[in-house]
Amino acid sequence: MEWLNAIVQGILLGGLFALFATGLSLAFGVMRFVNLAHGDLAILGAFVAVSVTTALGLNPFVSLVVVVPVMLAAGYALQLGAFNFTISPDPLPSILVTFGLGVVIQNALLQTYSADSRGLDVGSIEIESIKITDAIAVGWIPLITLVVAVAVLGALQLMLSRTALGRAFRAVSDDPATARLMGINDRNLYAVAMGIAFATVAIAGVFLGIRQSFGPLDGPAQLLYAFEAVVIGGLGSVWGTLVGGLLLGVAHTVGGQFEVSFGYGSGPLLGHIVFLVVLATKPSGLLGRRAE
Amino acid sequence: MTEHRVTRSDRQSTIGLALSAVLFVLLFLLPWWDGDGSLRVPLVAILYYLALAQMWNLLAGFAGLVSIGQQMFVGIGIYTLLSFAEDFGVDPYLSVLLAGVVAAVLSLPVAAFAFRLRGGYFAIGTWVIAEVFRLIALESDFLGGANVRTLTRESLGGYSLDTRNTVTYLMALGLAAGATAIVVLVLRSRLGLALRSIRDNSEGARGLGVSVARAKLVVWVISAFWTGMTGAVILLHNPSTRAESAFSVLRWTALVVFIAIIGGVGSTTGPIIGVAIYWFVREFLEDAEEWRFIILGLIAAVMAIMAPRGIYGLLQKRWTVQFFPVRRRLVGPGVGRSAGTGPPGRAADAVGTGR
Repeated sequence: MEWLNAIVQGILLGGLFALFATGLSLAFGVMRFVNLAHGDLAILGAFVAVSVTTALGLNPFVSLVVVVPVMLAAGYALQLGAFNFTISPDPLPSILVTFGLGVVIQNALLQTYSADSRGLDVGSIEIESIKITDAIAVGWIPLITLVVAVAVLGALQLMLSRTALGRAFRAVSDDPATARLMGINDRNLYAVAMGIAFATVAIAGVFLGIRQSFGPLDGPAQLLYAFEAVVIGGLGSVWGTLVGGLLLGVAHTVGGQFEVSFGYGSGPLLGHIVFLVVLATKPSGLLGRRAE
Repeated sequence: MTEHRVTRSDRQSTIGLALSAVLFVLLFLLPWWDGDGSLRVPLVAILYYLALAQMWNLLAGFAGLVSIGQQMFVGIGIYTLLSFAEDFGVDPYLSVLLAGVVAAVLSLPVAAFAFRLRGGYFAIGTWVIAEVFRLIALESDFLGGANVRTLTRESLGGYSLDTRNTVTYLMALGLAAGATAIVVLVLRSRLGLALRSIRDNSEGARGLGVSVARAKLVVWVISAFWTGMTGAVILLHNPSTRAESAFSVLRWTALVVFIAIIGGVGSTTGPIIGVAIYWFVREFLEDAEEWRFIILGLIAAVMAIMAPRGIYGLLQKRWTVQFFPVRRRLVGPGVGRSAGTGPPGRAADAVGTGR
């Protein structure tokens, strides 16, 4: 029963990982761009939510109405003003720019908010849960997070497969030069994609902040989990990202069962091991179309 | 009749080498004229950062292996030294060498996983593996990484404090000078030619019989070996550590990357310029580590967009200078009349340009 509970909680945790992974997967899918500041941007979003909730007295869920558009605009502007200049067959400039940005965000947050852990308080719903059996209870917050993750990924999949914008994304992903000849403004499209990526990562950051306490230096760990979810699920597959997130979540909670004998690192460590095993045995990921 | 031949030296590089030799001798003799150690102690950190930056530069600038996991080799070096010197009673200075060997051996399984990823995903992949090592050190009872561990006086043997400081300084100097020499020698060798051909055209290089995987692996192991030894010397300099600081991505990779980018990735002189700028920033912001990261991070991010070859690249746009003899030029009748001063040096394989 203990193990079954670990798996159920892992699936719920996986919803959060999938939400983190969405933006990373989109930016890579559309423009082969790897954003090493991804996790730090989520934490930045959570801190913006802290400021918004304290300044306006809003519920953190409602603060999304402010945080998401702000981050969307930031993503659009950063891509147009900076990241677009690093897009080339050579991955070095984009890695360096986003890695530098991440370190700057971490230390700027340390300067502004101090190293203290913060949390986002949404009231009594935080501790309420649905009791399934005596040993298994599903918390409302993790459940809402999973539902939101599925909704965001579903909306992304629909957008990519059904809309004109999605067609344009797929076109620049396949062949940017030809897409340009067809009248697509690829630079602007990249900015839109980065805006969407920032918006999803801001949602992920706020949900992380509601679920657990966080500090300015927690970004890199979230980047690594998001990256692992993308690789486990398979590059270029939206539902793969969900599957990857869920599997990683289960690895974390099942690993957490060894906490007493091994220590607090046992959950993340099993997550890393699952990632490495998938990388070694199926580099294209579980649902991926190609290896990268 | 004069024959055409390929040369790598010119008058500038001869002067450059001579100046480096003079600088090295001066720094080598420093313990004998810097009596109170006021120059020696801060210099150790500058020197080991130069060693780390040269090794990262060898990977990222020349082999296309942009590693964000260098902290794993520093941490492995630190814990190898701790373990051998404290737990097994091996001489600490011999353990420095062993630290490099252990890091090099462990870099092989790491490569087996990380080399399946490319570009940005390779970068995050190495970071994940570094996290695995950090977690193992943190949770292992034997290594005791959650606690502060200190290299005690007993394990440092009968060496006096003054001797220890001098030996640590000379080791850091050796690592920095050695790292620079390794990069220069690799670039002058067949391996260097292979790396540059891979960088310019990977498929073409493969077609001409260059073993891409082998060339990258050799560079990876060399870098791990030297970074591991540097980690051990970092512990000698600062004898207390725990897993969080031994495997710190900010200290052992982020700062190193910033130093290399600001100075100039893909050139041998770049990291030397970068480390000088780091020293300058450190002197100004002595007590504000966060501001150091913000300022260096911003400069590095802006330079990666505006001047991807760093300060050395900016200098090269104006003057064709080479400090170390690594660039191949053809000399002989009819070519290279303006050798060393004009465009011939800016050929396709010029270091620091033509990526």
